[in-house]
Amino acid sequence: MATTTDRAALELDTLCIGYDGHVVVENISLTLRPGGLLCLIGTNGSGKSTLLKTLAGLLEPIAGSVQVLGGAPGEQPARVGYLSQHPARSFTLPLRAADVVAMGRFASLGLLRRQHADDRRWCAEAIERMGVGEFADRPLMELSGGQRQRAHLGQALARHGDLLLLDEPTAGLDPAGRETFAAAIAVERARGCAVVMSTHDIDDAETADHVLLLAGRIVASGPPAEVLTPDNLRASFGGTGHH
Amino acid sequence: MTGPLLDPFVDNPFMARALAAGVLVALACAVAGTFVVLRGLAFVADALAHGVLPGIAIAVLVGIPAVVGAAAGTVVMMGGVSVITRRSRLSGDTAIGLLFAGMLALGVMITSRSRTFFGDLTRIFTGEILGVSPTDLLWQLIALAVVCAVAWVCRRPFLLLSLDAELAATSGFGVRRYENLLLLVVAVAILSSFQAVGTLLVFGMLVAPASTAALMSRRVGVMMLVAAAVGSLSVYAGLLLSYHADLAAGASIVVVSVGVFLATLAVTEVRRSSTARHERDALPPHDHDHGGGHGHHH
Repeated sequence: MATTTDRAALELDTLCIGYDGHVVVENISLTLRPGGLLCLIGTNGSGKSTLLKTLAGLLEPIAGSVQVLGGAPGEQPARVGYLSQHPARSFTLPLRAADVVAMGRFASLGLLRRQHADDRRWCAEAIERMGVGEFADRPLMELSGGQRQRAHLGQALARHGDLLLLDEPTAGLDPAGRETFAAAIAVERARGCAVVMSTHDIDDAETADHVLLLAGRIVASGPPAEVLTPDNLRASFGGTGHH
Repeated sequence: MTGPLLDPFVDNPFMARALAAGVLVALACAVAGTFVVLRGLAFVADALAHGVLPGIAIAVLVGIPAVVGAAAGTVVMMGGVSVITRRSRLSGDTAIGLLFAGMLALGVMITSRSRTFFGDLTRIFTGEILGVSPTDLLWQLIALAVVCAVAWVCRRPFLLLSLDAELAATSGFGVRRYENLLLLVVAVAILSSFQAVGTLLVFGMLVAPASTAALMSRRVGVMMLVAAAVGSLSVYAGLLLSYHADLAAGASIVVVSVGVFLATLAVTEVRRSSTARHERDALPPHDHDHGGGHGHHH
């Protein structure tokens, strides 16, 4: 995990992130190998989404360096799947769940390229892996929150990229949905796709290669066994504890 | 004789041209209006429609084609909307509202220099669909082709923008570029329509048929086709109403299209509440308050 390789999915060196010059978290240094899982843990406002947006190229880093798949963030959209915390507006759009998944291929298709067999196959696989098939033809506005989340996760999987950036991907999922998601992520990692995901749930982080515990600063960074200690969790989440 | 439903268009060339112009308005507005409704740009579109007024007023005063002045007004308004929504610390609605009011007032002020002030203003606001010439129709056809071409080429980024701007950006489509192109599509649709239905009423044609279609469609492509059909039928019914009842043509068209929206809304709401009631009645009593693992949110 900590070894820097030429093929690293992520390389962050003394990275400082924030909005409009306002620093949220500074001095983040880590490397993530292909197929690795990095979990970002912390309360609301701790810097998880800011880091994911920076890695996705939606926010400029304030200082330090960041390499995503060997290039600048946002430089290779077809290789990076991104799920935002609150996919907006989707409730009112006349789209079926299958259409939402298919939009995951738009980065590769660009403006004019027609779908090839591979595009259709990766959409079908994403639909199957996230269990979207049972409601694929139903309009988005008729789906439950959990079903919509599955469709949006399917969209990120359909990218068939080398890095997934997922902001609270298990939010709104029921236990069966969480199992489906965990199995899908295992398949992605097995084929070499690195995953960065934010979560409030410590259980999600226990399977990670690397955990970054945030609270508007880095509380701890490293393997789960070293980071997820009672003292660190208390420092990050406060005296009430969190699970 | 073909009856009161077709006679007005067969017997009067100006009514036939009005129908053709109205259908071209309906088609351009269906394409642009679909994205206006999906992206939530109704207020921006309204502001754009009124932003053309000072340009038209100047064109009328100095005697150049109104469409040239309207195009200049649109460019100023598009630039203003684009800059203000990104740079202003005010909310987008407030900033666009101020620009909208300012341009509208400027247009009225300039028009007040004309000796035929009220006549000019009424024509600009409500259009002259019965005075459309074959050349106007040709320009409308070209504008429709531009609207359709840009919307087709940019269908993927426009759809992503409608779902989530961040999604568009992370898919490699620059948000600013495609938002501007979307505004351009709306502006061309407005420019091709204002002579027929006026700057005040073109907004109705942009939003009403597309909103009706949104209530009835499960696919974006279908929504566009339904909006085109609803818009075209509104044009036909509105012209017929204006002919037989001696009412203003452009206003009659827009009243019909808004009426169709309200009727569709009422029907879909009644159907939805009836479906929800049937689903509730079909559930065993103990399941009423317990959603299953993949249950609906109603």
